[in-house]
Amino acid sequence: MTDTLTPLLTSRWGNPDSWTLQAYLKAGGYEALKKALSQDAADVLNNVKDSGLRGRGGAGFPTGTKWSFLPPPDGGPRYLVVNADESEPGTCKDIPLMMADPHQLIEGAIITSYAIGCHHAFIYLRGEVVHVYRRLLGAVAEAKKAGYLGKDILGSGFDLELTVHAGAGAYICGEETALLDSLEGRRGQPRLKPPFPAVAGLYARPTVVNNVESIASVPWITLNGQEWWKSMGTEKSTGVAIYSLSGHVQQPGQYEAPLGITMRQLIDLAGGIRAGHELKFWMPGGSSTAMFTQEQLDVPLDYDSVVAAGSMLGTRALQVFDDSVCVVRAVSRWMDFYAHESCGKCTPCREGTFWLRSVLRRIEAGRGKPEDMQILEDIPKSIVGKAFCPLGDGAPSSLVSSLKYFRAEYEDHIENGRCPFDPKAAYLFKEVAA
Amino acid sequence: MTYGPETLEALQRDAAEVIARYPTPRSALLPLLHLVQSVDGYVSPDGIEFCAQTLDLTLAEVSAVATFYSQFKRKPNGQYTLGVCITSLCAIMGGDAIFDKLSEYLGVGNDETTADGMFTLEKIECNAACDFAPVMMVNWEFFDYQTPASAVQVAEDLRLGRPVAPTRGPDRVHSFREVSRVLAGFLDGHEDEGPSAGDASLRGRKLAEANGWAVPAPGAAAPAGAAAEGESK
Repeated sequence: MTDTLTPLLTSRWGNPDSWTLQAYLKAGGYEALKKALSQDAADVLNNVKDSGLRGRGGAGFPTGTKWSFLPPPDGGPRYLVVNADESEPGTCKDIPLMMADPHQLIEGAIITSYAIGCHHAFIYLRGEVVHVYRRLLGAVAEAKKAGYLGKDILGSGFDLELTVHAGAGAYICGEETALLDSLEGRRGQPRLKPPFPAVAGLYARPTVVNNVESIASVPWITLNGQEWWKSMGTEKSTGVAIYSLSGHVQQPGQYEAPLGITMRQLIDLAGGIRAGHELKFWMPGGSSTAMFTQEQLDVPLDYDSVVAAGSMLGTRALQVFDDSVCVVRAVSRWMDFYAHESCGKCTPCREGTFWLRSVLRRIEAGRGKPEDMQILEDIPKSIVGKAFCPLGDGAPSSLVSSLKYFRAEYEDHIENGRCPFDPKAAYLFKEVAA
Repeated sequence: MTYGPETLEALQRDAAEVIARYPTPRSALLPLLHLVQSVDGYVSPDGIEFCAQTLDLTLAEVSAVATFYSQFKRKPNGQYTLGVCITSLCAIMGGDAIFDKLSEYLGVGNDETTADGMFTLEKIECNAACDFAPVMMVNWEFFDYQTPASAVQVAEDLRLGRPVAPTRGPDRVHSFREVSRVLAGFLDGHEDEGPSAGDASLRGRKLAEANGWAVPAPGAAAPAGAAAEGESK
């Protein structure tokens, strides 16, 4: 039986000067790289593939399998792009990882590049986190100086350049093909798939795009082996992962645990719900996933169990809302987000989120009409599955699921012409804005 | 372009360094737009022309990109951007009240700059710090666990020229132009300042330490499948 919490990727956070090469080496850093470089690239890849590691950026696709989709080498370049555009509402694990332990990500990127035959890798970081960019730039410079990057890494004959690139504010760039367009110096708009990035990605060359946490898991799996990784988690959701609790829990924060821990356990670890209140609803994987209530507290938070319960594990961005919160208000604000962040390329997403925002705002403001309930049912059907990328699919998730659990709350807003909740009751501070 | 010869020469030198990071010059466009913001305080007509000339693009191609991303400003930005997160979770935890109070204190609304050019107030979307809600970003540095009073205090201190330190970041907040230069990929020497992590980031780790919880020792893993089977049931 694995322990309840299992700090691994988070195990060096908070150590003195944890972001420096010196501290990283002292804690055993770059040993996995040495081991990888002493093996055949195919063995490094197969170890990760056999570990069952699944993507930590939301979709949960097996990481090693994604790598193996690259076509055979043709002599031209192939790229690794690390998706560090962490922007899904509620998601807050990659940013502290890169701030506290950037070398962990860099080591993972080097090993992955070696495994897939890449000689120029990129970390695409969202631009709104300047101190994280400083830490990454500093760590890359240190790694290069020490011979972990550049030509003939540690005398292995393997060469790798690593460019850390800052975006400029666009949620859509977390979608892998939009990210690639952005990295090519264009508007970040999704591409039609196929071709998938594995075949035609960055500069139309074979490309692997992986989330920060996925890549940061690679050194651990390389060092300790796939059997060890599989001894944690569940059969189909192996290993450990970072669970991010935010909102109305006593101790919000990052809790790294074997996949399959339940929300009941996590809320308990976080000291329970805010004093004097009860849990009303929670988001299991960010705002693009269907909401859960008290009913799902015992669902194991692994990829397949959460799908079976009607939502998605996503990025394990567990946002908790207690009984002081108006669900219409929460959903309305998420729709503001999607309407703002829709890139505008696909009409169903651009127009659908715009109209949902308008209708939700008027309901929350007490100006809703009885026929609005039907509109809220209809518009999501015109968006989901009808846009290029998952932004459109995810945008109505909170709305559709909230209608399932809290339909009466919407009707109450419309019938009584007002919101029955006091927003101040949900604030985390006592003072009231004058 | 109306850049003086010295400014232009410095821009060209920096641009060459940025372009050298990529296999294809056009990939340098986002960092170059950050770079022109570090010189002009926004993406100026001069800046657009500079990017277009440098990368052999049309003015329309550069403008199309500059208008897509929220960090690129089309009018002169304040010395400090005060960005209050108003995405659902932060808004509900108190972000709305913080924004309203700041707006009242500064006398400007969303995406507006104070007459003295000191502050631009902005409603920002989720900035990946939800466990520190409600969050404010000042020139893209983290100010965690804000209240209306604490946010106004930050603005007041900045206005009076007092040094202001983010919760997780460098020893003090730097100007919009200085930070824009970092975002173009030029280190400013402040990467070793500030903490490793905030308290919320460390809660799981500390709880595990207090309880003696850890990952299994490598090599001590149960035979393939056995432990995994048990866990999944």
